[in-house]
Amino acid sequence: MPIPVNHLLSFSLVLFIIGMIGVLTRRNAIIVLMGIELMLNAANVNFVAFSRMHGDLAGQIFAVFNIVIAAGEVAVGLAIIIALYRNKDTINVDEISIMKG
Amino acid sequence: MSDFLWLIPIFPAIGFLVNGLAGRRISKRAVSAVACGVVLVSFVLSCAAVVQLATMPSDGRYMENRVAPWVPAVEDGGGAPGLAIDWLFVLDPLSAVMILIVTGVGSLIHIYSVGYMWEEAGYWRYFAYLNLFMAMMLTLVLGGSLAVMFVGWEGVGLCSYLLIGFFYWKQDCADAGRKAFITNRIGDLAFVIGALTLFASFGTLEFRGILSAVVAGQGSVFLLTAVALCLFVGACGKSAQIPLYVWLPDAMAGPTPVSALIHAATMVTAGVYMVCRLAPLYMQAPLALTIIAIVGCATAIFAATIGLAQNDIKKVLAYSTVSQLGYMFLAAGVGAFGAAIFHLMTHAFFKALLFLGSGAVIHALHHEQDMMKMGGLRKLLPVTYAVFLCGWVAIAGVPLTAGFFSKDEILWRTFLFSPVMWGIAAFTALLTAFYMTRLMGLTFWGKSRMDHHTEAHVHEVPGVMKWPLMILAGLALVGGFLSIPAALGGSAMPFTLERWLEPVFEPGTYATAAGGHAAIGEHAAAAGDAASAAHEAAAATPHGSPHGEEHSLALEYGLMAFSSVLAIFVLWWGYGLYDRMPQKLAAWKARFASVHEVLANKYWVDELYDALVIQNFYRLCRAALAFDVRVVDGVVHMVRNVTVGTSYLSVFWDTWVVDGLVNLLAKVVRVASRGLRRFQTGVPQSYATVMVFGLFVLICVYMYLS
Repeated sequence: MPIPVNHLLSFSLVLFIIGMIGVLTRRNAIIVLMGIELMLNAANVNFVAFSRMHGDLAGQIFAVFNIVIAAGEVAVGLAIIIALYRNKDTINVDEISIMKG
Repeated sequence: MSDFLWLIPIFPAIGFLVNGLAGRRISKRAVSAVACGVVLVSFVLSCAAVVQLATMPSDGRYMENRVAPWVPAVEDGGGAPGLAIDWLFVLDPLSAVMILIVTGVGSLIHIYSVGYMWEEAGYWRYFAYLNLFMAMMLTLVLGGSLAVMFVGWEGVGLCSYLLIGFFYWKQDCADAGRKAFITNRIGDLAFVIGALTLFASFGTLEFRGILSAVVAGQGSVFLLTAVALCLFVGACGKSAQIPLYVWLPDAMAGPTPVSALIHAATMVTAGVYMVCRLAPLYMQAPLALTIIAIVGCATAIFAATIGLAQNDIKKVLAYSTVSQLGYMFLAAGVGAFGAAIFHLMTHAFFKALLFLGSGAVIHALHHEQDMMKMGGLRKLLPVTYAVFLCGWVAIAGVPLTAGFFSKDEILWRTFLFSPVMWGIAAFTALLTAFYMTRLMGLTFWGKSRMDHHTEAHVHEVPGVMKWPLMILAGLALVGGFLSIPAALGGSAMPFTLERWLEPVFEPGTYATAAGGHAAIGEHAAAAGDAASAAHEAAAATPHGSPHGEEHSLALEYGLMAFSSVLAIFVLWWGYGLYDRMPQKLAAWKARFASVHEVLANKYWVDELYDALVIQNFYRLCRAALAFDVRVVDGVVHMVRNVTVGTSYLSVFWDTWVVDGLVNLLAKVVRVASRGLRRFQTGVPQSYATVMVFGLFVLICVYMYLS
């Protein structure tokens, strides 16, 4: 019996909210990056769910592209964090406020 | 062959340069050799020049050496003559006598100084100054114009100042040097005024030109009297006459050979020399001559009385010098210029001797100058005592010594001029004999008043100091025979100073002299007549020559005998008093205590000058200072304050208005943007939070609308 799409959307919503809360509340830049990863994967779950519902493979292809882009994003994000740590001796995002007006 | 005259002053100048520039680096022996050597060369040259002069006919003894132009003549279109000054050196019988005295006595004093100054610091400096002095003094006496003479005149003043203040680290020496310099400045101002008046009137500063013009009858009596008096004020400063005599006693702070050379034998006689040099001019101004005679006579007795009560051995000699200079001016004033120069010469001999002798005493007693701490030196210093005796009899005028001939010549000529002045001068001669006897008594006779330490170390002078003393002693004894008065058979002698000098004072000498000036050339014909007329007139007055007055021969003998007996009596009586009767002396002193008080304090003239001149001068200075501080500075400060005040206003405007507008704009922007700044925290999470919140609101709005 196929899983109804509502369950999938709910799961995706929970996953997105968990990721969003992680991004908005945690101070460690790596956790923030992990939160972003959760939100991306919530979007992937949505793609796959609607792809199954409509019987169209475009959503699943989009999900695969998304995973590839997420891998690149993680690579660039971690590189930024390492550069940040080397220059500022910290990865606490509250302390990095040089863009403050 | 008179081209070598300039060499006479140049040699000591070379000595000055060598010792002044290199003296610190060469040995004392080399310094002494250079210093004495150049002066001796000058002496030899002077002798050669004088011998050459003597071979000339007696009415044409005149050599001139125009070395180089100093101030070239300026051609101006108008009638006024331009100033032209040459370095002109002139040798005539008068300057011949002077250069022999200056280089002769100067050489002896240089040699003496080698011994006297050997132990002193600044040995080379002393000889450099002394050589410079010789150069300047020779320029003074050889100078053929008032301008060249004035170079020497100021030069010797400078050297006098330098040498009085030789021990410059002692306050009283430095003060005495300044006093001499400043007092001389007053006289020099009058000298310059007189010289420039002569130039303005006659268009030349050369003696020949001036005197030719004067004997040619140019210039009113008033002008000539004024000029003569101005120049005499200059002579008063240089030759220490009332009222400018005060510097000379203080000048004794210098080394003793300096006192002998500058302040007794040579420099202080420059005034007498200058008056005699311009004798024909002074003869045309009888009033000026009378004033000179009165001043000279007053100075002579005034200084002699002060000399009676001084205890410093050099101070006694200093006042004696002032007094003797007064004699010289008295002689010049009564028209006996020859006698003045004769006394100048004999005085140079015996006063240099006395000063050098006192230097020997001071040297022997380790710089003790107070006669009250001497006494009984006759046995300890036999040579010094012997030469002092010669000086003593010479200055007192014991017959056949130098002072006798010259002083009696002056007294005789004074008697012809005014018996009252003769009385004063004769009394001065008596005082002179007495204070010199007192000096001898306190120094050499009686019992010793020295402390034991000094007495044990008393030593006779070394040979280098002894020989000059002995030569001067000889000159002091026999120097008078150079000019035996006519009354004592002088006319039979082959040479007398009187006759040697006569052409210089003779107006007729200048009547035909080529003045070197166009205006004089035009008047040459008239000049001869006028001059001979003037000469006849002069001969008829007491200023003129007394020759041919046979009836007065007996009177002359009488006066001569009177003053000789007086002098000898004073010497004999004073010797007894000072050698053997100290208690009688003390009784006398007590009886005349008030008089002694006045004399010992020099009539309080220094205090009087201080109160009248110096304090008023200070007051003037203080007033000028107050004016400077209050008014001049006040104006300056006012200008400053106004400038500063306007600057403050300008700063205020700039700060508050110009800057204010700019700052106001910036402030408005800042205040306006203060709220907006809150939003840009620089933390991406807060941006994300706002973004989520905004998305939520958008979704709500969307759902509410659909």
